[in-house]
Amino acid sequence: MKDIFVLIEHRRGEMRDVSIEMLCGAAGLGGTVVAVLLGKDVDAFAEKAAGYADKVLYVNDPMFENYNSEAYQKALSALIKEHNPGLVLIGNTAQGIDLAPALAVELGAPLVTDVTALEMEGDKPKPTRQFYGGKLDAHMVMKDADLYILTVREATFQAGEPSKSGEIVKVENPVKEEITYRKFVEYVEPEVGEVDITQSTMLVGVGRGIREDKNLPIVEELAKVLGADLAASRAVVDAGWLPADRQVGISGKTVKPKLYLAVGISGAFQHVTGMKGSEVIVAINKDPDAPIFGIADYGIVDDLFKVVPKLTEKIKELKGL
Amino acid sequence: MNMVVCVKRVPDTAEAEVHIDASGKDIEKSRLSFKINECDNYAVEEAIQIKERLGGTVTVISLGPKENDEVIRMALAKGGDEAIRLEDEAFAGGDGFAVAKALAAAIKGMEFDIVFTGALADDDGYAVVPAALGELLGVPHATYVKKVEILEDGKRARVGRELEGGLLEFLEIDLPCVLGIQTGINEPRYASFKGIKQAAKKEIAVKSAADLGVDASEVGEAGSWAVLEKFTPPVVGEMAEILEGDPEETAAKLAAILKEKGLV
Ligand SMILES: Cc1cc2nc3c(=O)[nH]c(=O)nc-3n(C[C@H](O)[C@H](O)[C@H](O)COP(=O)(O)OP(=O)(O)OC[C@H]3O[C@@H](n4cnc5c(N)ncnc54)[C@H](O)[C@@H]3O)c2cc1C
Ligand SMILES: Nc1ncnc2c1ncn2[C@@H]1O[C@H](COP(=O)(O)O)[C@@H](O)[C@H]1O
Repeated sequence: MKDIFVLIEHRRGEMRDVSIEMLCGAAGLGGTVVAVLLGKDVDAFAEKAAGYADKVLYVNDPMFENYNSEAYQKALSALIKEHNPGLVLIGNTAQGIDLAPALAVELGAPLVTDVTALEMEGDKPKPTRQFYGGKLDAHMVMKDADLYILTVREATFQAGEPSKSGEIVKVENPVKEEITYRKFVEYVEPEVGEVDITQSTMLVGVGRGIREDKNLPIVEELAKVLGADLAASRAVVDAGWLPADRQVGISGKTVKPKLYLAVGISGAFQHVTGMKGSEVIVAINKDPDAPIFGIADYGIVDDLFKVVPKLTEKIKELKGL
Repeated sequence: MNMVVCVKRVPDTAEAEVHIDASGKDIEKSRLSFKINECDNYAVEEAIQIKERLGGTVTVISLGPKENDEVIRMALAKGGDEAIRLEDEAFAGGDGFAVAKALAAAIKGMEFDIVFTGALADDDGYAVVPAALGELLGVPHATYVKKVEILEDGKRARVGRELEGGLLEFLEIDLPCVLGIQTGINEPRYASFKGIKQAAKKEIAVKSAADLGVDASEVGEAGSWAVLEKFTPPVVGEMAEILEGDPEETAAKLAAILKEKGLV
């Protein structure tokens, strides 16, 4: 078995959990696990990765202070050509998905994205991923090759305790030329609104099932009697029905309230990532196959327009309102 | 600005039951409705808005059967100028890479400043096409794009990519380029009645693999990085306890549970 490269992802002084998860997952595949770290003065990440890897290839250069697909692709393709790994794992993140397909095309390496489970057949990965917003698992057969690339969904592998002490090898930046066609400019934080849903003890999450913004009072009323704040899926925010600071999920907020009541939300993993840590999860959805029921504690399979007003009524009664 | 927009027609499965068909490699589609891929709708809007601001043309491309004309015509009705549909048996079963190769072959000879795609297809969810297409065309790319501003000289763009937590990463990128558009970047318009009537008359150029000069082994299943072996229902953890009854009963049960848990 050839080496397995795992790309360490970090941003603004923080290393992403998926990096450690992938190192742990790779450790079970047989083969030397090599963490690849591109960054500027990120020695702490090199040390952290070394706890989970057999070796860390660390390129310390100002070019890698912030992610830039041009710089990353050039550096990675050079390192891959030099070290000849059999498998490269990259996080299926906003960074990974901007990088991996172009890298795979350049290297002529088969790529499967958003992998949610992985087996090996000898040197060849047999990945599973999802289709139709999580409604089906797809078992993929990759084309035979010397090098495979996978982007791995967060939480696919479990991060364990550090158990290795890989050698940290500082390598010279293989990118000699200047970065020309794509330049990092700045990060801009999302706007903060009046309610910080990450602090709410109870949330009523509303999804596209609400149909139109004029129907929002139904859930607003429920939230009011519960003493909850309103949260939303991305679909609701994209439609402009609720402000962006209410969005729960991978590109929104991560919330951990005592109660998360999902109304008309399908439960795409991008949403679930942001609310699965809630203490009690309840879902109201008319589709019995909606993935949200796989994460909820309690579910009602019915039309929200019938159930929600009733629920509001019942809670009012209980509260003596 | 000369722009190309890649649009996919996908089944609407958000609220529908999804059944694996007899082959195990596809779903039963006869009872599903179809629509434009969600983020492609935003990509069309972005291209048309730029055309309205700066002038230029918008060419719509879709790979797929005749039924795709429906989504192509809607994009034309909103302000697209020309349209190409790629259709060939050789394209069947292709993954994002195979699709990107066919799209690249169609786009290569054109003069373009920006190729817009969606960030990800709602059905396969590969999110491969934007970055792969950029590499195949030999131009820079950026995906998960939530802001586009063409800079003064028309040779560069300031682009905001949406990262985890909603953080925007701004970069400057040389044109021509490929941009993968994320939902919510704009407010997609509805086509006007007049637009729809005009679009109905427009010609959609249909091109085969041979027309594009691509070998059948390069596209479809043969040209893919990976092919589907089979679908299976997803492995779900412990399913929710489903409360049974009519709305009156389920609401009462849920209210009682919430009370018992001290949440009410
Ligand atoms: C890079 C990326 C980042 C993303 N980030 C996020 C994120 O941070 N947060 C997020 O939420 N999404 C995110 N998404 C989008 C995500 O993939 C889904 O598209 C989105 O979560 C869907 O929202 P929804 O569940 O409201 O809508 P849909 O998926 O359309 O679901 C609507 C649901 O309502 C139900 N319904 C309809 N009518 C009724 C009724 N009358 N009664 C009861 N139920 C009804 C339907 O059965 C369906 O399950 C992201 C996507 C990408 C590609
Ligand atoms: N068959 C197709 N025809 C035209 N464009 C496509 C097709 N498939 C994918 N695309 C484009 O590529 C984007 C990403 O698709 P994917 O890589 O499959 O997730 C989509 O949003 C479309 O813009």
